Amino acid sequence: MAASTSVVPGAGSAAFAPLSAQRLLVIGGIALIAGGMLFGDIFAVFVLHQNGGQTAQALLAATEAVRGGDALAVKDIFASIGGLLEDRGTKVDAHVHMTDAGYLALLLALIQPFVALPRKRKKLLAGWFVSGGLLLPVGIFLIHYVGLAYSPFAVIGWASVLADSAGAVLIIVLLVEVYGLWRYFRAGPVEPESALVSLDRCWESRTLQSGGTILILLGFMYGAWYASADLYQHEGRETSVLKAMLDGATSSAGGSTMAVADYGALAAERAVKIAAHSHIIEFGLLAILLSFVQPYVYLSERWTRRWVMVLLAGSVILPVFVLLELRLGLLAGGIADVGGLMVIVALVGMLAGIVRFGGRWDGVKGLPS
Amino acid sequence: MNLSQKILIFGGLCLAALGMLYGLHYAVFVEHQTLDSMGGSLAQGFVQAAQRDLPGAEASIDKYAAVKYDYVRQVDVHSHWIGLAMIMIVLGAAFRWVGFSEQLRTWIAVGFALGSFLFPLGVVLQTASQIAGFGRGLAILGSGLVIIALTAVAWGFSRQPVENI
Repeated sequence: MAASTSVVPGAGSAAFAPLSAQRLLVIGGIALIAGGMLFGDIFAVFVLHQNGGQTAQALLAATEAVRGGDALAVKDIFASIGGLLEDRGTKVDAHVHMTDAGYLALLLALIQPFVALPRKRKKLLAGWFVSGGLLLPVGIFLIHYVGLAYSPFAVIGWASVLADSAGAVLIIVLLVEVYGLWRYFRAGPVEPESALVSLDRCWESRTLQSGGTILILLGFMYGAWYASADLYQHEGRETSVLKAMLDGATSSAGGSTMAVADYGALAAERAVKIAAHSHIIEFGLLAILLSFVQPYVYLSERWTRRWVMVLLAGSVILPVFVLLELRLGLLAGGIADVGGLMVIVALVGMLAGIVRFGGRWDGVKGLPS
Repeated sequence: MNLSQKILIFGGLCLAALGMLYGLHYAVFVEHQTLDSMGGSLAQGFVQAAQRDLPGAEASIDKYAAVKYDYVRQVDVHSHWIGLAMIMIVLGAAFRWVGFSEQLRTWIAVGFALGSFLFPLGVVLQTASQIAGFGRGLAILGSGLVIIALTAVAWGFSRQPVENI
């Protein structure tokens, strides 16, 4: 067993008391992150490329309709492109929001000892937060399928109402937590609670903190470079490619097919660069967050270290090979998906250790609940 | 909890709430109309081209580009404020292990918090044409502060903590 978990859970582990807000937020948070990432991986493998191909086909059909002077067909094709973009956009948003809600849940777990509210209220808030974090992406996912069916509103469907309501719940919980923090800084805790952050820093925690900070730094620097070197150039290129598409479709010289291909290449270039930037930062954040719960991963030292290394390796492989998709194509895409799967497997492994720790703690008689 | 941790954690929570409120306001009152306008302009450009109205088609494409320019930055503000807020809170929890004096850690925390607020603010100000240049400068300043602070934190994590924790 790892040094911190080789014995009966000690005083510091009171943070993991049965049904405590911290335990609910840690387990719910990791489950949301793993669920969001699994959804993202499935989306990348089964939807993303197919959706891109269908959009390119539809754009090509639109230029053909322009060439034939068929304005009605153009409108129909653009309605179908709108549907394809909404299909893609809502799935990306569902993935991002579920993962981010998980991050926020882990963050809230960390600050619970500094939130001066009664324990029962903190549990209630934690339950609301995890429920909101689940319902928000579910609502976003359903937007494409539910549309405006039975909606009394002109542009907002019931799925949007569900997503916006869940988002409002998250905001309300966050504001109450801020209020609790403010009370703590003014008058101290209402009911003293053990901190989740252990004073000891084990090898696993050190590795995840250092590795995570370096990942965030690399991702932020890459983002700054992208914003200065590529963002404006991409925006300008998109406008000129669209104009070239229409020029090609309305002149005898042609060239619209090439312009559609250029448009697809530009969209792919933009997507992989942004994905690499956001994923490396998110994995860095995840690594630091997970560093705090390492003392609660009730597995052998060999396995806790193995999951740490698998997580960090996957966190590097995914963004690097997403970027290499521009050069190596689907091979790199496949390797990136494996990287994502490594992170998911490591997360589930750590989650299993944390659930075991909770079970061990609950089984110890005479300890406070 | 020392001052540098308070700055990062409390500031991060406020920034996350600000980013969420901004996102909620944008999603409810602006986003649907913006997406309609963006998709509508692009489709209109193609329809006008089919009707051989090329000047009109070019104007519609330009309108699409302008709306998209705004949209991308509005969404970026929402996501970057929340993302940076989360990094602030996480680092705040681990800040005692940054191996510098508390005074230096406080300066790093202030720099990180300031950069995290200013960088997305600068991005959204770029959508106002009259102060777009100022916005870009603010975004560069903010991102510079974040990069310097993150470099310092990464360096600090590799050092032994100054005080006995």
